[in-house]
Amino acid sequence: MAKLDSKTPAGPLADKWQKHKQEIKLVNPANKRKYEVIVVGAGLAGSSAAATLAELGYRVKNFVFHDSPRRAHSIAAQGGINAAKNYQNDGDSVHRLFYDTLKGGDYRAREANVHRLAEVSVNIIDQCAAQGVPFAREYGGLLANRSFGGAQVSRTFYARGQTGQQLLLGAYSALSRMVGAGGVELHTNSEMLDLVVVDGHAKGIIVRDLITGAVSRHSADAVILATGGYGNVFNLSTYARQSNATAIWRAYKRGACLANPCYTQIHPTCIPVSGDYQSKLTLMSESLRNDGRIWVPKKKEDAKKDPASIAEADRDYFLERIYPSFGNLCPRDVASRAAKRMCDEGRGAGESGLGVYLDFSDAINRLGEAGVRERYGNLFDIYHEITAESAYKTPMRIYPAVHYTMGGLWVDYNLMSNIPGLFVLGEANFSDHGANRLGASALMQGLADGYFVIPYTIGDYLAQQKPGSRPPADRAEFKQAEENVTAMTKRFLANQGREPVSHFHKRLGKLMWEYCGMARTKQGLETALQKIPALREEFHANVKVPGSGDTLNQSLEQAGRVADFIELGELLCRDALTREESCGGHFREEYQHPDGECKRDDEKFGHVAAWEYQGEGQTPLRNTEPLNYEFTKMSVRSYK
Amino acid sequence: MVAPTTKKLFSVTLRVWRQAGPAQPGHFVDYPAANVNPDMSFLELLDVVNDGITKDGGEPIAFAHDCREGICGTCSCTINGKPHGPGQGIATCQLYMRSFADGDTIVVEPFRARAFPIQKDLVTDRSAFDQIQQAGGFISVRTGAAPDANSIPVPKEDADLAMDAAACIGCGACVAACKNASAMLFVAAKVSHLGLMPQGQPERDKRVFAMVQTMDAAGFGNCTNQYECSAVCPKTITHDFIARLNRDYLGALFRAKFKPVSNAAGGGGS
Ligand SMILES: Cc1cc2nc3c(=O)[nH]c(=O)nc-3n(C[C@H](O)[C@H](O)[C@H](O)COP(=O)(O)OP(=O)(O)OC[C@H]3O[C@@H](n4cnc5c(N)ncnc54)[C@H](O)[C@@H]3O)c2cc1C
Ligand code: SF4
Ligand code: FES
Repeated sequence: MAKLDSKTPAGPLADKWQKHKQEIKLVNPANKRKYEVIVVGAGLAGSSAAATLAELGYRVKNFVFHDSPRRAHSIAAQGGINAAKNYQNDGDSVHRLFYDTLKGGDYRAREANVHRLAEVSVNIIDQCAAQGVPFAREYGGLLANRSFGGAQVSRTFYARGQTGQQLLLGAYSALSRMVGAGGVELHTNSEMLDLVVVDGHAKGIIVRDLITGAVSRHSADAVILATGGYGNVFNLSTYARQSNATAIWRAYKRGACLANPCYTQIHPTCIPVSGDYQSKLTLMSESLRNDGRIWVPKKKEDAKKDPASIAEADRDYFLERIYPSFGNLCPRDVASRAAKRMCDEGRGAGESGLGVYLDFSDAINRLGEAGVRERYGNLFDIYHEITAESAYKTPMRIYPAVHYTMGGLWVDYNLMSNIPGLFVLGEANFSDHGANRLGASALMQGLADGYFVIPYTIGDYLAQQKPGSRPPADRAEFKQAEENVTAMTKRFLANQGREPVSHFHKRLGKLMWEYCGMARTKQGLETALQKIPALREEFHANVKVPGSGDTLNQSLEQAGRVADFIELGELLCRDALTREESCGGHFREEYQHPDGECKRDDEKFGHVAAWEYQGEGQTPLRNTEPLNYEFTKMSVRSYK
Repeated sequence: MVAPTTKKLFSVTLRVWRQAGPAQPGHFVDYPAANVNPDMSFLELLDVVNDGITKDGGEPIAFAHDCREGICGTCSCTINGKPHGPGQGIATCQLYMRSFADGDTIVVEPFRARAFPIQKDLVTDRSAFDQIQQAGGFISVRTGAAPDANSIPVPKEDADLAMDAAACIGCGACVAACKNASAMLFVAAKVSHLGLMPQGQPERDKRVFAMVQTMDAAGFGNCTNQYECSAVCPKTITHDFIARLNRDYLGALFRAKFKPVSNAAGGGGS
């Protein structure tokens, strides 16, 4: 049974981080260059960590499967990044950002972690501005802000609709500077396929060069994973196509606990699926719900009709009807589930029947077409590009889609997993968002972890490792891990199957969406737990992976990732089944209030569930870490 | 789960560049594709074709992609002779099959440029862009050493213009479109973005020297002001930035005459 000590420092909430920084062990400057640190990933979390650790003098090796660090999935974030700057003088504070984030997470995150996040948020904006990130500005030259869901203040900083891109390019420029200066050794097109654990400590990784197929061993004094979220377990999502769970899954199989995998976020406003060929779902910003009205036809017979031909009296503005006080601006999870119910009743719009209308005609009457264009023009353009429809003339069709994963590898306050020496940052860890993440807080967390937390906390671990004591890469543990990887590659290539990898990924996605998507039930999850292992067996028997292992082979890359997704999907369902309550993004139909809101059970489930691998074919162990709220009361989350 | 479509399906032929590796010769291979849905993206059609090739015992076409929404800069096909294909202001992944007609033959090649060697089929090595960035595409600021963000106001017009340049996704279409395979638009975008921000001033001269020098060394050609680059740029980055780069470079040369600056902007240690 894994030991889960959160190592939360004692003392008043607002002093914990300062005090902790003063008390943790330091590595002296001359010794830093004797330590080698592996950073896997160069999204916001990975590139900020790699750059900062190299600035401090550590020798950093950075691995990414992308052809350039600048292509990490963080690049796609649109809306913005939160920070408690209170530049608007509207009453924001570190405490308010802390409280909003904790409440937004439905009281399933650690208090101390969330408070630290809110504290360092202000430094992030300073850092990024100094790097030259072209944030939106007011006419006076000061930084502009916008509002986001779950907050009553304006604290979101942004760079047009490309905030993630600009923040990542900032972190990438810091990383590039350190690569140029020789502080970071950059390995692109390099996929980590196993973690090497020596005497109980994470001391290296096994990497496959995606262009040449060469497999190599890398030893280090500590390993950092900043490898992003696992939303593509659903196949269709707003994630980049290549985002995957392989790094965290293989670490899990080496003993790292995976916490709360069932906490997944489904965003209500995305462009719906148009056909079986679909590879990706595109997000339409939540801001559209300020002026758009959501409806479906009242009658099933009208579902396939041209929306213009459906009379006003035959339209059901269901959010306004069911949630009169919040209407179209009710919380993400509530809106998503309501849309699903309408479609399940057969009233969904469009060819597939999986869509609801987001109608701007009232707004156009009120503001004029030009007024709407000014507010949302770029989103209307994207919508047009994808669907060939003009949302000025006909309502948009939208549907919920998988967007973010709050679960991830378990970490303590130092961001270290239960395997000493293995640190996990960004979306790959579970730490700060509880059961639901508020908009504009993932970017904040990634950069907080990389720029401002790990540079301190890694010292506490390294100071206890003798300089130069890292094991050589010819040790048995490295050899065994490498053989593990090579054997898997060989097995795939030799398989006499008939179906391409995508076939299985699609089927897994459909299972996950059906049984473990927006609304989950005991029965459905039990069905999934029957079907997924069967799919897994079929996958290994019947997958076809053409080509060879010693060149660029995208089928082979995908095969490994989908194999991991299938196993992770099973664990996700198991976690959802055992969490007999509803909270945030995890909605069990059996546990709801009469108004359809989540019904938590703090008594029984006010804890983190951290799953521990027990070997092939064995049921994993469910460890728990109690969430002891010292300063806040776990209350019913209400936005009414 | 998905109902049968009522859209009119059609057929095209993909004529695709196949090349097993960097040193092997390449050639075109035709792949007929039936039941093409106009709402499919071009890359989704490649997915479908690839699944067919796999089932038939062949090796699927290697192509680069990731975000599939025009922001990561990974996708990079030259389609019917034009980098990113027939659209305007879009990347390959934002091209939809409704741009084509029944019976079309669509020619698909990798981005071609000396500095972007082909790795396999439609995949090229664009790491030369990273090298240019490593030489000087940054502002040297140590983490934690930054002043309050609002202590340096930035005029809105400058921030907006900087953002226009910073929107570059680093795809390399500009290079592929240029008959000299010049990287000027890419470098101009980066130099302009940082040069327009007050934070970017101290290293401005160093930066432009280092980046231009690295660009030349990486084997990109010269700019002869044809502006094919802006025409294919998925972010419609204007060639005005090239003029700005030239001005910056000349200014830096002029200043260097009187006050020598080091060519290496890197080495920012700590
Ligand atoms: C469409 C969209 C819009 C969003 N908008 C916002 C927003 O407005 N505000 C907000 O706060 N959040 C937003 N988010 C969420 C946010 O973008 C992500 O949570 C965040 O960027 C994740 O960053 P990361 O550094 O943890 O991981 P990523 O950016 O996903 O980076 C992962 C890195 O790990 C590498 N990697 C992964 N596995 C391996 C391996 N096995 N071997 C080697 N390398 C590996 C990859 O190459 C990559 O460099 C949005 C998300 C989406 C999908
Ligand atoms: S300037 Fe345009 S075409 Fe060139 S790399 Fe940037 S985005 Fe691509
Ligand atoms: S795949 Fe990301 S820009 Fe096309």
